[in-house]
Amino acid sequence: MKLDPKTPAGPLADKWNNHKAKLRLVNPANRRKYHIIVVGSGLAGSAAAASFAEMGYEVSCFCYQDSPRRAHSIAAQGGINAAKNYQNDGDSVRRLFQDTIKGGDYRAREANVYRLAQVSTNIIDQCVAQGVPFAREYGGLLANRSFGGAQVSRTFYARGQTGQQLLIGAYSALSRQIGLGTVKMYTRHEMLDLVLVDGKAKGIVTRDLVTGAVEAWSSDVVVVCTGGYGNVFYLSTNAQGCNVTATFRAHRRGAGFANPCYTQIHPTCIPVHGEDQSKLTLMSESLRNDGRVWVPKNKADCAKPASEVPEEARDYFLERKYPSYGNLAPRDIASRAAKEVCDEGRGVGQLVDGQRLGVYLDFSAAIKRLGEAEVRARYGNLFDMYANITGENAYRQPMRIFPAVHYTMGGLWVDYNLQSNVPGLFVGGEANFSDHGANRLGASALMQGLADGYFVLPYTVTDYLAGEKSGSRPAQDAPEFQAVVKDVNARVAKLLSINGTKSPRYYHKALGKITWGQCGMARDKAGLEQAIRDLQALRDDFWKNVKVVGSGEALAPELERAGRVADFLDFGIMMCLDALTREESCGGHFRTEYQDAGEAKRDDAAFAHAAVWEWQGDGQLPARHIEPLVYEETQLSTRSYK
Amino acid sequence: MVQDNGKEPTLALKLRVWRQRRGQPGAFEEHALPAVPTSASFLEMMDMLNEQLIKAGKDTFAFDHDCREGICGMCSMTINGMPHGPIPGVTTCQLHMRNFRDGETITVEPWRARAFPVLKDLAVDRSAFDKVIQSGGFITVRTGSAPEANNIPVPKPIADEAMDAAECIGCGACVASCKNGSAMLFVGAKINHLNILPQGQAERDRRTLAMVKTMDDAGFGNCTNYGECQAHCPKSITLDVIAKLNRDYLRARVKEFFSSTGKPSKGGD
Repeated sequence: MKLDPKTPAGPLADKWNNHKAKLRLVNPANRRKYHIIVVGSGLAGSAAAASFAEMGYEVSCFCYQDSPRRAHSIAAQGGINAAKNYQNDGDSVRRLFQDTIKGGDYRAREANVYRLAQVSTNIIDQCVAQGVPFAREYGGLLANRSFGGAQVSRTFYARGQTGQQLLIGAYSALSRQIGLGTVKMYTRHEMLDLVLVDGKAKGIVTRDLVTGAVEAWSSDVVVVCTGGYGNVFYLSTNAQGCNVTATFRAHRRGAGFANPCYTQIHPTCIPVHGEDQSKLTLMSESLRNDGRVWVPKNKADCAKPASEVPEEARDYFLERKYPSYGNLAPRDIASRAAKEVCDEGRGVGQLVDGQRLGVYLDFSAAIKRLGEAEVRARYGNLFDMYANITGENAYRQPMRIFPAVHYTMGGLWVDYNLQSNVPGLFVGGEANFSDHGANRLGASALMQGLADGYFVLPYTVTDYLAGEKSGSRPAQDAPEFQAVVKDVNARVAKLLSINGTKSPRYYHKALGKITWGQCGMARDKAGLEQAIRDLQALRDDFWKNVKVVGSGEALAPELERAGRVADFLDFGIMMCLDALTREESCGGHFRTEYQDAGEAKRDDAAFAHAAVWEWQGDGQLPARHIEPLVYEETQLSTRSYK
Repeated sequence: MVQDNGKEPTLALKLRVWRQRRGQPGAFEEHALPAVPTSASFLEMMDMLNEQLIKAGKDTFAFDHDCREGICGMCSMTINGMPHGPIPGVTTCQLHMRNFRDGETITVEPWRARAFPVLKDLAVDRSAFDKVIQSGGFITVRTGSAPEANNIPVPKPIADEAMDAAECIGCGACVASCKNGSAMLFVGAKINHLNILPQGQAERDRRTLAMVKTMDDAGFGNCTNYGECQAHCPKSITLDVIAKLNRDYLRARVKEFFSSTGKPSKGGD
C-alpha cells in the first residue's frame, strides 16, 4: 500500500497557500462536463456539494435520511472554534493549531491541522453571511465562549444547537443548488459499494431504501463524507442510522483505514438506565463552563441524595487533579477521571449491573453566582432535555453524567489533498482520519467538517479532475458496474435468506457489549485478544442465524440494520486489532499497561505514526501499514493539563 | 426512577399501530407489550414491539427516526391523535413512557396530510418541505465570497428573534396537526429567520413570494388560525411567525404590484 501524505514543502504557515497556488484548475466552461458524486449530506457533504455546484460541476448527492437537513452534524450542541481573536485574549491561528495538535496527543498530521486552524476564520464569515444566528453581544458583534482544552474564548455558538444552525446554513446553500438543478439530490439512498475502473474510483452502487432498487452511478470522482463509526459500540451519542458501511465498503475495495482505535468518549452524557436503551444522550460540554463535577469522598455517601452530602465530603476531582484547567480538562482526560472514581466505587445514581456509573455535574454554585435566570438563558434547553429523559430537575439537584462514545477520530486514510490511496476517492469530515489525532477537542468537529467541505475539497478535487479527461467517465452499465451491482444484490439476497432466529439488533447489542467492554475507555492486551476471538465467533453466528424480516422491495429497516451490523462486525475486529497493536496510550486510546499513574503514556519512538489497515479478504485479518508523522515545527511533549 | 425493591416500574400496554403499504389502503393492527420500562423512550417502546414481531416471524413497523435526541426532526408519529404525543415541546423520540399509564391503549399513526404521502406504516414522504426551501429558503452566498463576519453587526434582539425561528427542526408536526394540512408555521419560521436578519434583506421579497408559491403548489392547505400547529410544535415556534409571514407576503405583493412594468415579474424589488 502506497501512503504518500503529499505534505507540501516550506514553513508550516505557508504550506497551504503555496500548495493552493500550485493546484491545477479546470476551465469554467469545462466544469459542467465532470460529474462529482458526494455521499453524505452533513456539514462536510452539504458544504462540498454546494461548493462544487457553485463552481459549475455536475453534482449528485446521496443521503440515507429523508432530507439532507437531518444528517447527524445537526446534533452538535456546543459550538465551533475559530481563531478570530475577537476576545483579545491572545488567540491566533498558531495557538488554535497548537491546542488542536496537543489536544490530539501529537498523533495528527501537523500540516493538516495547521490548515484547519487557518481556514477556521473563513468558516465563520461564510456561516454568518448565510444567516446562521450565532450568539451576539448587545453591540451586535459576535459572542464567544470557552470550551474544553483551551485557555482562550474562541468558540462561536447558537444556543445549544450550533450543529443544527450550521447544518441548516450548509443545507440552504445545497438546497439553492438543488433548486437551480445543478445538484441532483438522492435522499433515502444508501451507498452500499464503491466502483473502481482501472484502479480509480468512478462511481458507487446504492440501494433506494423506499423501493429496494439497487442502482449504479458513474462519476469522475467520488467524495465520501459519511461520518464516523461510533455505533460499533451499539450505545453511543450517534444517530441510529450512523454507520461504517460506506467507508468500510470503500476499505474493502482497497482504501486504507487509519487509526480505527482512536475513538472519543465524551465525558458529559446522561448515564445508562437500562437494557432496552437504544442511545445515549450528550449534554453539551459547554455545561462544564459553569457546572462543577464531583463525587462523594466516601463510598458510604454514594447512595444518598446529593443534598445530603456536605460540602466537605465532596471530591471535586477534576479541579483537584487538574487545577489549571479544572472542569474544562479535555474530553479524554475528564472521561477517564470519571471512570476512575466510579471504578473506586464512588460513582452515583442507580445501580446498573451492580455498579453506580455516574458523577455529579453541579450547578448550585453557578445558580448562586449568576442567578437561575442567567443559567436558564445559557443552558435552558439542555436542562429541559435532561428533565425529559431522567425526570429530574437539574436546577434543584445536580445532573448525573457519565462518559459515552461520541466521535471517532479514525477514518479512511487521506493525504494532504483529502484523497485516499484509491485515486479519485476523496474523504471529508469525520469519515477521514486526518485532523484530530488521538483525541478531538470540543468545537472542532464542526470546524473540520466545514473546512473540508467549503475550503479544501473544492480546490483539491478540482486539481484531480484537471488530470482526468472530461467526458471520459465510464458508462453506468460498464462491466465493472454490473459486477458490483451483482455483488450488492447477492449480499442483500443472502441477508434476507438466512432466516435464522436472532434479530439484527440482537447482534448489534452483542457487538456493543464486546467493543465497549474491551475496547472502550480502558484497553489491555488480553482483553483485546479475547474481543477479537469473540467478534469472529459473533460474526460467524450472524451469518448463520440472523433473521431479517421484511422484503427487499420496500422500506425495510431490518434489512438496513442487518447490512450495517454485518459491516460493523468486520470493522470491530479491525478496531480491536488496531488497539492491540498500538502498544502505547495516547488521547482516547488508553492501554492500561502503558500509563503514568493514570495518565496516558505515549511511546513516540515506536508509535509516532498513523496505522493504516489494508483489507485482505473475508475471514482474514487486515494488514498493518504505517505513515510516519513528521513534526517540523512542533515539539512533542507530554500533554499536561495540571 | 427506581422503586424500593431496586426494580424499575414497568407498564403493560395495548397498542393500535397503523399498518400500510405504499399506494394501498391501511388499517390498524393491535398488539400488546407486557412490560415496558417507564424510563424507555417512546421509540424504544416501538423497538421492543418490533423485536417481539421479529420473534414471531412478522414484518416490523417501519417508522422514521434518527438522532433520538430531539433535533434531527426525522421522527414523526401521531400518538393518541397528537403529533409527537401529549407532552408540549417534545419530539416523539424524547417522549418517555413515564408519561403513560399502566394498562393504557396507545394509538400510533403516521403524520396525516395530503402533502405527506405514506411510504410504509408510520413513515411518510416530507420532501415537499425540501422543495419549499429549495425555492427560496436561503441567503445567496457563494462559498468564499463572504465578508468578514463582524462587518455585519446584528442587534442582539434581532439575532435572538431569528434564532427563535431558526429552532424549527422541519419535522412537519405543524402540518400533521392542522385540519387544513397547512405548512404556514414551517414556512413562517424560515421566513422569519432569514427575513429579519440584515444579511437576508437583499432577497427578502423574492424569497417570500417564491416560498409561498411553492408551498401552495405542494398541496399544503391554507391557514385559518386554528392554532394547533403552535400547540404541537416540539420547538415551541409561535403563531406570530405566521402573522409576520403574512405581513412580508403582503409587502412583497404590493411592491411587486407597484413596480409592475407590464412584463411578467419574477418577484423581488
